[in-house]
Amino acid sequence: MKASLNARTIIVALVVAGLLLLPVYTTLSGNMFGLTLFTRIIIYAQAAASLNLIMGYGGMMSFGHAAYLGIGGYAVGILAHEGIGSGFIQWPVALAASALFALVIGALSLRTRGVYFIMITLAFAQMAYYVASGLARYGGDDGLTIYKRSDFGGLIDLSNRVQFYYLCLFCLFGGIYLIWRIVNSRFGMVVQGLRSNERRMQAIGFPVNRYKLVCFVISGTICGLAGALLANNTDFVSPATMYWTRSGDLMVMVILGGMGSLFGPVLGTIAFLLLEEALSQFTEYWALIMGPLLLLIVLFARGGIDGMLGRARRG
Amino acid sequence: MLLVVEQFLNGLQFGLLLFLLAAGLTLVFGIMDFVNLAHGSLYMMGAYFAATFVAWTGNFVLGCVLALGATLLLGILLEFVALRHLYNRDHLDHVLATFGLILFFNDAVRLIWGPAGLALPLPPWLTVPFQIMPGVYYPAYRLAIIVVALLVALLLYLVVMRTRIGMLIRAGASNREMIGALGINIKLLYTLVFGLGAALAGLAGLMQAPILTVQIGMGENILILAFVIIVIGGIGSIRGAFLAAIFVGMIDTLGRAFLPDLLRQVLSSAAASTAAPALSSMLIYLLMAIVLVVRPEGLFPAGRP
Repeated sequence: MKASLNARTIIVALVVAGLLLLPVYTTLSGNMFGLTLFTRIIIYAQAAASLNLIMGYGGMMSFGHAAYLGIGGYAVGILAHEGIGSGFIQWPVALAASALFALVIGALSLRTRGVYFIMITLAFAQMAYYVASGLARYGGDDGLTIYKRSDFGGLIDLSNRVQFYYLCLFCLFGGIYLIWRIVNSRFGMVVQGLRSNERRMQAIGFPVNRYKLVCFVISGTICGLAGALLANNTDFVSPATMYWTRSGDLMVMVILGGMGSLFGPVLGTIAFLLLEEALSQFTEYWALIMGPLLLLIVLFARGGIDGMLGRARRG
Repeated sequence: MLLVVEQFLNGLQFGLLLFLLAAGLTLVFGIMDFVNLAHGSLYMMGAYFAATFVAWTGNFVLGCVLALGATLLLGILLEFVALRHLYNRDHLDHVLATFGLILFFNDAVRLIWGPAGLALPLPPWLTVPFQIMPGVYYPAYRLAIIVVALLVALLLYLVVMRTRIGMLIRAGASNREMIGALGINIKLLYTLVFGLGAALAGLAGLMQAPILTVQIGMGENILILAFVIIVIGGIGSIRGAFLAAIFVGMIDTLGRAFLPDLLRQVLSSAAASTAAPALSSMLIYLLMAIVLVVRPEGLFPAGRP
């Protein structure tokens, strides 16, 4: 990767700097709304980045990624409801539950290809949605209110908005760093090879399904962490977190930003959620503009925002 | 016994309705290789058009016919303005673009008809119970749905299997380039197929409208069911869609009706009443997962030589 001073590097550097300095601005100006909005954006950016790992690099079009957001969130919510408030227990459980779910549905889904894969991941996510709706003890359809955010002892206070913001940002950058390391490792090369020609990779002698499954589980786990953050951010988790339109939103964020580009999903998420926010300030019927805008982006701006910033670069 | 017959017919009726929706989807998908998430929006538009036209004309049948025409035109317009530019793209672009269309249609409906749902009242001659067996009555309207849907299915079968257009449609499903090379106007064919699919979705929507409320987002839940059906049935196969639709309609309806009682036999009554709704909603997805694991290309894969 050559660090030349092109448009992409400048934009990414500006966005990173902006995200790092945002709390300074909001604290000085007293505009806490911006901080709340961007905390949400950062959490979704992490989910989108995890989806990008399998979609952009691995060629696995998962239409059920919101399930991990819900599972991570419910792990935190259910443990909090049962009186286990420690983040040192809640978060590992959230990660383990997401990983386990990804392992099971991945092992089954990866037997299929193409559109069938899109649909079977969707079906599993819908199952998770209905299971959550059936959890009468934990709110069922109405969702579960979390009265106390995860407790990390004296280490970090999640109720402090600035601290929570930086924690989310740390998780996002940590996730992207991890993805960057994965993509440029031998393992990542194999996964990218699978995307371009699976049969050839198999002929060379790689156990393709095992590679795909591991990639799928890593992606689900990162998204599960985003789910734990999201539940803490809203103090609430409900089946709606896992509804299929939410998975669609995540896909849109990735494609809007540019699939298979490291920072693309972050840019895509910022663009999508800011646009949604701006349009909803302007009119109640924001989707009336957002919908055709998506259509135009697909028609005329292939490769997403990342594609507009010059020729696609790998890794 | 009475309940079993009634639920069985309800399952058949729901399955046939799902078939109308799934047939359009599988035609568009199998022939044009186009993933249309906005199919559910056309279903919703069919219901809204019907509610509006029936209120205007004061005649149920006339209103429904007008609504059907309006959905057909809307489908053709949609294909002409936007979707035909997407055929050469990959599935992901289709998903993104039609996801945008769903957002658009939902808010357009909210703007035009308001956020509250509409009701589509039935004319008196359709509300009388109909005696199907000695002592067994069934709502005439649900029976009418079964009859209309069966007729449409038969018509669709005749069109696809016995006419020149149908022959072209089948040829398009198995080899697109070849029928283009043979001098067939493939663009026109695609527009026709898309319009047909839209009309079928609209028909399903307007027939369902008097049973449920006409509301925003009504197309989204049922769209997922339609996708499940075409995946189970094998993409592009009308026969597969028909069988899978009946199957899914039956499982869903019978599951909702009888699963709570069945669970009560093994679980405590409280546990059963909480588990049953979730479990019966999951049944279909479970079925699809099993089918895909066992036969990754669906039960009746089409277009295979």
